[in-house]
Amino acid sequence: MEEIKEQTGHMPRIGEPAPVFEAVTTHGKLKLEDFKGSWLILFSHPADFTPVCTTEFIAFSEIYPELQKRGVELLGLSVDSVSSHIAWVRNVEEKTKVKIPFPIIADLNKEVSMDYGMIHPGQSKTETVRCVFIIDPNQIIRTILYYPLTTGRNMDEILRIIDALQTTDKNAVATPANWRLGDMVVVPSPNTQEMAEERLKQGYECTDWYLCKKKL
Amino acid sequence: MACISPDGKPTESGSKMLRALKAGSGSPEEIAKEAGLPLFRVRSGLRELAEAGLAKQKGDSYELSEEGAKLIK
Repeated sequence: MEEIKEQTGHMPRIGEPAPVFEAVTTHGKLKLEDFKGSWLILFSHPADFTPVCTTEFIAFSEIYPELQKRGVELLGLSVDSVSSHIAWVRNVEEKTKVKIPFPIIADLNKEVSMDYGMIHPGQSKTETVRCVFIIDPNQIIRTILYYPLTTGRNMDEILRIIDALQTTDKNAVATPANWRLGDMVVVPSPNTQEMAEERLKQGYECTDWYLCKKKL
Repeated sequence: MACISPDGKPTESGSKMLRALKAGSGSPEEIAKEAGLPLFRVRSGLRELAEAGLAKQKGDSYELSEEGAKLIK
């Protein structure tokens, strides 16, 4: 157990402050605090010049304009060197005409990977798995996703989570299963019998007193 | 170094920040707007320019140093 803990490092959880870092990236030396005030998606990939990662980087670049509209920055990470990252993004651009517009951390000493629990020894002792950390403008971790080495990430789901977090933060509501921007949202559950009775008169679409939805 | 090349000259983004600073001191937010660069790039770039002696930090704002001013004449 101790050995596994040593290999995996700290495992952050949602609702906690994101571990601070200062890291060498393809856009120079960046600190977590440089992203303060913006949403940030910090994601790791196993290695440069690998097929699934290449498709993911193209896909992340394709959703980048949508992320920018939502005030979200992207930051990649792997344990490759900055020269490897530069060579890879240049290769991707040359072969696919897709420019990678966001920075990538070169985490050669695995410092950031360990602080974020990105190395899962059951999958690989040397590479980071496909992690996604969604960090809010106050630098609190709001969502963590882990994907295995063999499964590329779903960009629609990442955008959907961003939309859901921003909608729920702004309107103090929740979002139901498979929610999409524009769908009805869930009204928070009542805490008292009086509130339960009142809410049935408020024009919400209610299945019962504990499950009511409304349009925003 | 993202703002300064190995030969000591400012890169394109470094020059944009120096030109934005030339208009007077400013917060990273103001410089990002003026230079048309993402805020995270400007925050890290200003740190780098200050370490290289091309900009000076005063509280939350930055201004061009004499050395920085010479580079964008």
